[in-house]
Amino acid sequence: MNTKVTIAGVELKNPVMTASGTFGSGEEYSEFVDLSRLGAVVTKGVANVPWPGNPTPRITEVYGGMLNAIGLQNPGVDVFAKRDIPFLKKYDTKIVVNVCGKTTEDYLEVVERLADESVDLLEINISCPNVKEGGIAFGQDPKAVEAITKAVKAKAKQPVIMKLSPNVTDITVMAKAAEAGGADALSLINTLTGMKIDINRRTFALANKTGGMSGPAVKPVAVRMVYQTAQAVKIPIIGMGGIATAEDALEFIMAGATAVSVGTANFFNPYATVQIAEGIENFMKQHGVEDIHELIGCVK
Amino acid sequence: MGKIKMTASVVSQEALTSDVFSMWIQAEEIASQAKPGQFISVYTKDQSKLLPRPISLCEIDRENGRLRIVYRTVGAGTKEFATYQAGDEIEILGPLGNGFPTDSTKKAFLIGGGIGIPPMLELAKTLKGERQMVLGYRDVLFLNQEFEPYGSVYLAAEDGSAGTKGNVLDAIREQGLDAEVIYACGPTPMLRAIKAYAQENGIECWLSLEERMACGVGACLACVCKSKEVDDHSHVHNKRICKDGPVFPAQEVEL
Repeated sequence: MNTKVTIAGVELKNPVMTASGTFGSGEEYSEFVDLSRLGAVVTKGVANVPWPGNPTPRITEVYGGMLNAIGLQNPGVDVFAKRDIPFLKKYDTKIVVNVCGKTTEDYLEVVERLADESVDLLEINISCPNVKEGGIAFGQDPKAVEAITKAVKAKAKQPVIMKLSPNVTDITVMAKAAEAGGADALSLINTLTGMKIDINRRTFALANKTGGMSGPAVKPVAVRMVYQTAQAVKIPIIGMGGIATAEDALEFIMAGATAVSVGTANFFNPYATVQIAEGIENFMKQHGVEDIHELIGCVK
Repeated sequence: MGKIKMTASVVSQEALTSDVFSMWIQAEEIASQAKPGQFISVYTKDQSKLLPRPISLCEIDRENGRLRIVYRTVGAGTKEFATYQAGDEIEILGPLGNGFPTDSTKKAFLIGGGIGIPPMLELAKTLKGERQMVLGYRDVLFLNQEFEPYGSVYLAAEDGSAGTKGNVLDAIREQGLDAEVIYACGPTPMLRAIKAYAQENGIECWLSLEERMACGVGACLACVCKSKEVDDHSHVHNKRICKDGPVFPAQEVEL
């Protein structure tokens, strides 16, 4: 039975990855799961310099999901390269570094700094809804998507995944723009911008007023977008958005995702990633599936 | 052994006031390694609520493998917890956080405000030096009698119904108390005042903080507090309450 998939020439032992921002750099969850059982670990977004993030409260619960406005707090690429990459190297898994920035130059600085590090893939976050500059500002205009993809591709030593926002009228337009810019793969969806009001305190539940919605409630939106994007582009897609079980992951795979990322589920089930990898194998056994590629995009 | 998410069973549930409940849980794997000032994440059965509720450990019974949590019903999640009966199964994650330091034998204030009182009970049982418990309430008392075997107990109630009318610092001043170390848990305004009091009087001070949490294990960076210096892990002026705390030396955090 084959569960291996390939993203831009990088072979993953199985299609299960972690969603950026929910898994740190893996250390905290290594107490619960063997990171070597995962196809890849996708790190929390890292910028050229340390970012303090947003004021608290940074999260709030909503029906079937949550809103977060962490604001991409991170220790900066130098600390990350010195501390987090060596930690992840101890495991037999692929390392995907999520890159964030306020300007094109910020992104390029991180990409260049990582050029000689043992990083397998770069995931460029042009879709964070919780920072004022950069982030989503790049991800909602197809010209900007294509331009930043091109700029990153010109400097990057590793293959480049562009992470797309669902907060657009037509995600296939952004997907095609990234593909035109030379992206090696796409990941989607980032969080959906939302808001919650605390009626007792008559104020916003989050200090940032708005936050990104994630969790099981967003899954149907994400599956739909993965399906639409799979019909629109030729490059591989990493699907994410509300995946909590192997059944959820299989929906994304059948909709056209080559790999999947598990995010918010880690917060209510720290064993979720490995359980999903095992669940996919069990499904394949039960249904006589010899190769996971039989399932990728099998629903047209 | 380390942190674990497990199915535990409810041993007993008791209402201490109209909205404060006490629950004993059978959870050997967590009880065997838990320390005062640590907390557990408790998950609701209602699947529409994803995130666990972080609740401090009020007592740890290592011999019988049990944990006690005393919590206030503030939202739908904790209201669900209050319906659990002996024999019900619940999902919990723990032990989480660093806990209070317990080596000191200095003359101590153990200060709890409102639902910050419960974690002080296990600390009171663990410390060896002279213990003075200063407990602050809005109105209705709970747990205060359970502290009596471990030292002197001083009460403050905002409505004047018991002890000193006012807050915990009013009680300390009215009674003319002093100490060499302070351990405190409660609402942020109380902790801020205690931090200032400790600084003025040059007293060692440990504060247990609270914030909205998601992962509970230090990964998501939701529950940060401001730190005085650049933090070793975050490399910014933020510390993770769930992982680096919830207990911090007062001088290290900005409240």
